[in-house]
Parts: sequence; C-alpha cells; structure tokens
Amino acid sequence: MTSSSNGSGQSRRAFLKGAAAAVPAAAAVATTAQAEADPLITELQDWASGLGDGVDATPYGLPIQYEGDVIRRNVEWLTADTISSINFTPIHALDGTITPQGCAFERHHSGAIELKKDDYRLMINGLVDQPLVFSYADLERFPRENHVYFCECAANSGMEWAGAQLNGAQYTHGMIHNMEYTGVSLRTLLEEAGLGAAGDLKDKWVYVEGADASSNGRSIPMEKALDDVLVAFKANGEALRKEHGYPVRLVVPGWEGNMWVKWLRRIEVTNQAIESREETSKYTDTLADGTSRKWTWAMDAKSIVTSPSPQMPILHGKGPLVISGLAWSGKGAITRVDVSKDGGKTWETARLAKPGEKMALTRFYLDTTWDGEEMFLQSRAMDETGYVQPTKDELRAVRGENSVYHNNGIQTWWLKADGELENVEIS
Amino acid sequence: MSKFLKLTTATALALTLAAPAYAEKFGLGRAALPEEVAAWNKDVSPDGTGLPEGSGDVLTGEEVFADQCAVCHGDFAEGVGNWPKLAGGKDTLADKDPLKTVGSYWPYLSTTWDYVNRSMPFGNAQTLTPDEVYAIVAYILYSNDLVDDDFVLSKETFLDVELPNADGFILDDRLTAEAHFVREPCMSDCKTGEIAITRNVVFKGDPNSPDDPVSESAGEAAKAAAPAEEEAKAEEAPKAEEAAVVETAALDAELVKAGEKVFKKCKACHQVGDGAKNKTGPILNGVMGAKLGHIEGFKYSKTMLSMGEEGVIWDEATLAEFLTKPKAFVKKTKMSFAGLKKEKDIKAVTEYLKSFSE
Repeated sequence: MTSSSNGSGQSRRAFLKGAAAAVPAAAAVATTAQAEADPLITELQDWASGLGDGVDATPYGLPIQYEGDVIRRNVEWLTADTISSINFTPIHALDGTITPQGCAFERHHSGAIELKKDDYRLMINGLVDQPLVFSYADLERFPRENHVYFCECAANSGMEWAGAQLNGAQYTHGMIHNMEYTGVSLRTLLEEAGLGAAGDLKDKWVYVEGADASSNGRSIPMEKALDDVLVAFKANGEALRKEHGYPVRLVVPGWEGNMWVKWLRRIEVTNQAIESREETSKYTDTLADGTSRKWTWAMDAKSIVTSPSPQMPILHGKGPLVISGLAWSGKGAITRVDVSKDGGKTWETARLAKPGEKMALTRFYLDTTWDGEEMFLQSRAMDETGYVQPTKDELRAVRGENSVYHNNGIQTWWLKADGELENVEIS
Repeated sequence: MSKFLKLTTATALALTLAAPAYAEKFGLGRAALPEEVAAWNKDVSPDGTGLPEGSGDVLTGEEVFADQCAVCHGDFAEGVGNWPKLAGGKDTLADKDPLKTVGSYWPYLSTTWDYVNRSMPFGNAQTLTPDEVYAIVAYILYSNDLVDDDFVLSKETFLDVELPNADGFILDDRLTAEAHFVREPCMSDCKTGEIAITRNVVFKGDPNSPDDPVSESAGEAAKAAAPAEEEAKAEEAPKAEEAAVVETAALDAELVKAGEKVFKKCKACHQVGDGAKNKTGPILNGVMGAKLGHIEGFKYSKTMLSMGEEGVIWDEATLAEFLTKPKAFVKKTKMSFAGLKKEKDIKAVTEYLKSFSE
C-alpha cells in the first residue's frame, strides 16, 4: 500500500490503526504472525497435481458449485402460486453492475413460455399507414443498438411499506436487474409501418402486448415510444432467456418493469390509453384519502447497500471494510451516492465505480474501517435532476400507509457488534 | 453515405414528436392481413372500442362463473385462499389495508371485460366466447351489488354501467407533490437526539422457513397463507405416520417421506389426511385406485369427469402421466400446475398419496 497524496495519508493511518485493533482472526493482516505454516501452502494439493475438466466437459457453463447459493429466491406466501409470481435477484452476492441472466429476477403473470424464433411474429397495427407483420429474422435486419438499462419491478421493496419485513437485500430490493440489451429502436419499427395515419402524435399512444396467456398489455405514450424504447432480442450478448421473454421483449428505459412486455407480439398505435388491468387495478398507487395515482411510470432514484447486509454479515472482524451498493434512477444518471453509518445523522459521499449512466445501475463503494461498533447503515442516491432519495417516512408523509408500489425510500441495516445485520426502521 | 448512417443521424436529431415523414423504409416485414389483425387486435378501451357483438345475463354468468372461475375466485367472487377477490371492499380505499376489487377499485368496466376475455381463465386463457365473457362480467357486477339479477350485459348496455371508482384516479403528480425531494442533501447534524429502532424485521431468517415468526403487519398475504399452512401441517404430519403403520407392508417409508416433501408443491391447492377439505384442488384422500374426478361436489373440468366416466382410474401409470404434464394427459384440466420434472419426485409423491388410501 502506498500513499501518493496527503489526502490518503489519513486513511492509511486509519487503516493501520484498524488493523492493530483487529482480533486475531483469519482475516488478520500481514503484520499478524502466523503460528503454524498453512498446509494449503506447504502440502501438495490434489488440484496442483492431478488434472481438471477437459474443454468438452461443460459446453455451456454454470457457476461453480461453491457459488450454489447465489440464486434467485422466491417467497412462497407472497402469491397464490408460483406461476403468477415473482422471484428476487441475489443482489447481495453480486458486484459490478451487470446482472447475469441466469440469476436475474423473473416475474410472470401466466408462467414463462417457450416460444421458438420460427414461431415468433410481431404485428404492428392500429393508426399506421400499413399494418405489418415481422418475423424474428426481419427484426435482425434493422439497424441495431446496444444499451445498458436497469429493469425494476414497480413492486420492488413493496413489502417494506408496512415496516421492516424481509431480512436481506435480495428480498427487499431484488426485483431488479441490469443488462446490456441489443435490439431495434421501437421508433424504427413504427416508422417502417408509417405514422402518417396517426396524425398529430402528441396525444397518441402505443399499446404493447405479449404472446403469453396473460397478454399483459400496457399503454405507452407516443413521446416515450419514439424516444428510447427498444425492441430487444439479446441481453448481455446472448439470446434472452425464456424467463425474460425469449425471443423478443420490450425495453422501456427507466420505467416500471411491468411495461417491459415479454414475448412481445403486438404493437398497436391508438388514440387513447387502453386502461388495461395492469395499468388500472394494478401498478397504481392509492393515497391516504383513497384516491389513486395512475401512470406513475418512471422509477424514482433509489439505492441499497448490498454488502454488508443481512445475508452478507461481516465475518472478518474489525479493520478494513468495503461498504458496497447499487444506485439507480429512472429519470437519468446517478450523480452521487452518500452513505450514513449513524442512521442519517451524518453522511459521507461514496465512490462511484464508474460515472453514472442514464437509467442503468451504478455501483458505489465506501472504503472504510470497522471498529466493531454498531451502525445504522443507509445509502442515499441523487440523480441528475437534483432529486435526492427520500426516507420511507418522508414518502409515507406524502402517500399515506397504503402504497404497494414505487417504494424508493432509504433502507436501514442495523449492523450489530457481532457483524450480523438486521433490516430495521429507525426514528 | 449509407442508408444506415443517414437513418441513425436523422433519428438522433428527431427526438421531438414531428411525424418522421422523411424516414426511409427498409421494406422489411409484410402486410398484416385483416383476419390476422382481427385475431390479435382484441383489446377493449373504456369507451367500448373493440367490444364484439354479443350479450350475457347474470344468471347465465353465475353458471359460467361456477364452471370457469369459482375454483380460484370462489362461488361468490369472494376469492379462494390467496387468489384475488373480485367482489366486496366497498368504501375501503381510505382504510388501512383496503380491499381492491372490480367493484371497489377498478375504474372501467372495459378493463374487466378485456382481462376476462384475453387473460382468463388462468391456465386456459382466450377460450371463452364473447357471450360467456359478457355473462361472467355481468355476474361480477351482480356480485358487487352493482346490477340487479335480471341485468343483461351487451355491447349496447356496456356504457350504461359506471363503476363506483371511475373518478378515483389522478394522474402521476410526483413532480409537484414530491418536488421537495429535489433539494440540497444534508451532510451533518441531519437528525437530533438518539436514533432508536422503531420497527424490527418481521421475518428474521429465510422468509420461507416455517420457524420464522409471522407478524400481524406482514401483510394480507402472510396472514392468509401462514395459518392455512400451519393448519395443514398439524393435520397431515401425524396422519402420514398412522397411515404408514397400517400400510407398512405395501409402502416404502423412505419414499413416503420424500413424497411428503414433494407434496409441498401441491399444498397450495390440495389437502390430504384427516380433516382435509377441497380447496382450489380436490381432497386427495383415497385418490389412488379411484376413478378420475371421484370427489363428489368438486368442480372438475369436463374432461376430467368424462375420463372418469369412461373408467380411467388413478394408478401409478396414469398419475405419472398426469403429473409429468397435466394438460397433456387431461386436456383443459383446471389444475394450473406445470408438472413435476423428475421421475423420482413423481414416484415419491405417488407413494405419499398411497399412504392416504381409504
């Protein structure tokens, strides 16, 4: 470790102090003496002598067995069955920002269907000059774009409105994933069908629906449809997974996941919102007086400390500690994330691993020292509109106690002296 | 300049809503035929756009509902288990835990019609005729006390019905109502006094673990689901042992035990053992050796009943076939379970069910 500036001198001292105070645990730093030689070093290990798998052993690989607990999990009692249900991304155990498809959360209304590319059809109809039908192969002949975007279910953190419910970042904030999509802009496809028939586009809508039994239709205002919506067929470089809408899904950057219609089969230009089930009876926000907000599409700025967290306790004792988390905003790029260790009394600005990108996850780190004291750990995101992530109490003051969706309140983890953490609400 | 470059440049500049008349076309895709558009373009708007010809009355609706919907939503649209309640909840929207139903919450009748028509019944969607949909929707209105029992819903009467919560919605007003969240973030002395925990977590460990406490505040789902599960457990566990004692000679105890685990997947809908009741699915006591659809009074699919009448019985072979892919063996079965993938799971759960022979 080298100090190259005055600024880091202080953190170096803090680091050394922390190391000296650390209990003699496995995580002891280099200055702690090792009583006996480590057999993992001194004895010949099987893997250093014998042979491993051949290149034909795993044509398509899964994570090694030791990572077998880094998986999507569901909560059985949340829904009537597992077909119209949701599971959670193990965000507590991931790092960086890209979510591997295999553990990216799933939400289906009638189950994940298997639809072959050969059987895939995409129809554009309604107020267009020429209603069209595209095959999958047709879509691959339009100019392609690549973008990284997060997809967050509107119900992410929904259980937490009623108090601290579930003990883990996976459960409280895991209805989110972040992938690099390849696809064709919706604008390109609409232009191919021709929008002359629609006349003035200002009050027009695009209604999108899926090929599965739920149909899951949503109305999208034309302005958004022509802005950044993507008809995507690849994620993270490979075909979409079945559970994410193979072969084609809609990507609606920054807006609630329910609008990201999977198995996209139809795009209709209309002169009114259809007011389907998913945009009236669901995904609407009931306020204290019983009236409800509708068309609350954009996901507000939000963040979460993913580690340490209840599923990721501190096992290494006192000393250097990396506090890590994710931040995102449906209204633009994350510009800053602050972390509090004392329940919001004081805040320090975290380091962004990379400058925030619009409507994509941003990874933040706070490289710090833990003296074994209790903490109330929080993170607070800011986006380019100047919006600062509010507390749950601040949200409840506006929205009342009956919200289900769009909970972007600050999360508190109570870090205890033994390194365990608990989901709590605080004064 | 290639066509591709020209197009992307134009797209980048034209982020406004100007009709992109200049856009070059790629000539991809083909014209959609009118009958193709008709087959898929089924959405219905609040003003009735998209409704087909047809009609249905409340009494017919009651029958169709009992046949097609009641298995999950209850005979009176009151909801079975965790499945959605479609009726009730009048004037509860400002209460703690409001009951949101078609009658109390949904703003437009078109939404109900459209959803029933395109997304229901669960596991057998898009099979209802327009008349059946009109009838079901008429019955849902009746069960919400919104129409009388002689009401006939049709394309013509559709707009006569206004749902109670039609004016209950406002457009997203976060930009004004929550404008105070655009602010300079506080960095120090942001709170005064000691920080105290106001709420501890409800589920301390794995939320699926039965050892975790269930709090009153855990939400409606937890309240409804957890006691039911506890009940089922209390009833089943000792019975499994009793039955196993009786059938020792014939049963593989290990396999029964394994089957009990597999049966967790079935428990949401099926009960077995003493005191078992029909839930979303029928009681499974004595199912092995019985003909298909043997439980009196349970609303099976027509296919299940007719197979039973033809003499098909549940044995190891038929049950295995059914459990591998339910809808392939009993076409249009109401069981919305996708099936068990592992042969050993099927064998185990079969053995478990044998332990409840009568």
